[in-house]
Amino acid sequence: MLRAEGLRHSFGAVRALDDVSFSVQPGQTLAVFGPNGAGKTTLLKVLAGLIQPQRGRAQVDGGRRAIGWIGHQPQLYGQLTVRENLRFWASLYNVPESEFLLRKDSLLVRLGLQDHEHRRVSELSRGLVQRAAIARALIHDPRVLLLDEPFTGLDRMAAEELRELLSEDAAEGRASVLVTHNVDEGAALSTHIAFMRAGRFAHFAPRAGRGPEQVGEDYRNAIA
Amino acid sequence: MRSPKLLRHAWAVASKDLLVEFRSRTAILSAAVFVVLVLVVFNFGRDPTAISNVDLAPSILWVTFTFAAILALNRAFQLELENQALDGLLLAPIERSSIYLGKLIANLVFVAGVELIGLPLFALFFNVPVLPYLLPLIALIALATVGFVAVGTLFSAMTVRTRFAELLLPVLLLPFMIPPLSWAVLATGRLFAGRPLSEIAGWLNMLAVYDIVFVTLALLLFPATVNE
Amino acid sequence: MKMLRVGRWITAVGLVLLAGVYVRALAFTSIEQSQGLAQKIFYLHVPAAIWAEMAMILVGLSSVFYLFTKDPRLDRFAASSAEVGTIFCAIVLTTGPVWGKPIWGTWWTWDARLTFTLFLFLLYVGYLLLRSAVPDPAMRAQYAAVLGICGMCEVPFIHLSVYMFPTLHPMPIVLQPGRPKLPGDMLTTWLLSLGVFTLLYVGFVVQRYALSYLREQLEAVGEVGGGHA
Repeated sequence: MLRAEGLRHSFGAVRALDDVSFSVQPGQTLAVFGPNGAGKTTLLKVLAGLIQPQRGRAQVDGGRRAIGWIGHQPQLYGQLTVRENLRFWASLYNVPESEFLLRKDSLLVRLGLQDHEHRRVSELSRGLVQRAAIARALIHDPRVLLLDEPFTGLDRMAAEELRELLSEDAAEGRASVLVTHNVDEGAALSTHIAFMRAGRFAHFAPRAGRGPEQVGEDYRNAIA
Repeated sequence: MRSPKLLRHAWAVASKDLLVEFRSRTAILSAAVFVVLVLVVFNFGRDPTAISNVDLAPSILWVTFTFAAILALNRAFQLELENQALDGLLLAPIERSSIYLGKLIANLVFVAGVELIGLPLFALFFNVPVLPYLLPLIALIALATVGFVAVGTLFSAMTVRTRFAELLLPVLLLPFMIPPLSWAVLATGRLFAGRPLSEIAGWLNMLAVYDIVFVTLALLLFPATVNE
Repeated sequence: MKMLRVGRWITAVGLVLLAGVYVRALAFTSIEQSQGLAQKIFYLHVPAAIWAEMAMILVGLSSVFYLFTKDPRLDRFAASSAEVGTIFCAIVLTTGPVWGKPIWGTWWTWDARLTFTLFLFLLYVGYLLLRSAVPDPAMRAQYAAVLGICGMCEVPFIHLSVYMFPTLHPMPIVLQPGRPKLPGDMLTTWLLSLGVFTLLYVGFVVQRYALSYLREQLEAVGEVGGGHA
């Protein structure tokens, strides 16, 4: 589904990625933990095709069409309504009209946004904007999800909704890579865990039923 | 098929830009007010007995249009920066060129709108008979506008991320505006003086060549301005 | 650093030769009939103008190669060539009026060659300003390359525009189809001057390139902050 082989990338003298290789199969969720500057966001950007790695390859089945990204930036236009935003992004992903309407309605309901469909994004509260951003990421039914600290700034209901969505997606066969500081969220949702440090994977293994406390301890041991 | 998708995506980007612009309306209003202001100032600044209208008119017209265009050019990528949407555009399965093309179309529509307001006002304030030469004049305006908006759109993608964006863009753009502008001014002057169309054909050709060269160049170079 | 020394030697030789050319121009070359003594600036002015333009073409070409190869040496060369080109433009823009005043009676005229050099100067200034406005080296090289290529492509169009204006400027005497109309000794002096300016271009660019490289090394170690290459 998603494969990285020997990824290497530097920004000037800083080695952001140092020989990273792994794969994520459909239905699997890889949680990547690591300190700031470990290269996690760079890794996601390389997987997404935003950065061409200096060495190595990243391959996602289905190309950019199949990728959904949830990150810090909502990527929504303030002066447009939620619906207009979704329509715009959907058109860039070549989503046919009928499919768009169905998915839009279902997403808006799931994320509690039905009443805000025709409101301008600039008028929405931060929590609603975050939820709209999730809708934007999912409107084209991506097979692969790349998530960069997606729970930051989410209110509890939205976080709950996102967690459910992610588990369902995994059940439906989506592959995800989740970068997070939040050990609880990461541990709960993932099938595989990786610890990243100075551009390398210090650990990569199936979670094998380990709970958040154990994952946290593994992390401290690996990184320390 | 790649071509229609390129155009379709470009059109999606363009219509999104225009919709956003329409909703906020600040840029078009500023540009319109600016045009009126410049025309009025020029009118008060000249001595009607000293220089004939027809001599100075082309320069005034084009200075007005270009300043208004420069005001407009910044908004194209500023929009993406403000909404932090550029990464989203780059993530989408679209050609980078369609982003450029979409921005170009939106900018052209915007500047055309300003010119549509400016031209009648200009004819009115300066008593210049525009109607007899309307068609060739429009062709001239269209070709020259495409020339500097094409380069301006490319440059604005770069300057928007620098510190003095609004200042840097005109500075970079100035030497690139001079050829199309000088041709446009000369040709407009000939037109207003009632010269036959065959005389300005040469300038129209040069403008067309300029447009083709720089739109192509911009399409080729645009990805270099957004890729990491 | 070896390259810097080489560059300095070349420049030094060039400057000495330049003085030599000038002595030859003043003392040993005939005085032009219609323009008199002031015409001698021509030996300085025209070769500088030619190299100012060549430098921009070279900026453009190295920018094209940079975009394909991403080799930082090409970017460094482009930056160096741009700076040297700017200086040569400045030489033309100052010697031009000095030549013009005694002959035409005004310091500045909107004639073809001077105007062209002015626009070329604006292109260079824009290029250097863009470079200084982008702190990240990779982005800076990328953006500069884009602008450099556009600048190179703009040059023929600027030629086209300025030659539309009625001109006071002496029409090209040397670079004409058919044999140059310049009398023997003047031609020799002119050619010598062109050679010297070529040498100066190379010397200055090599020096600037070397300095640029040194600065980057220092920045990498963290001794010099900010700045631009």
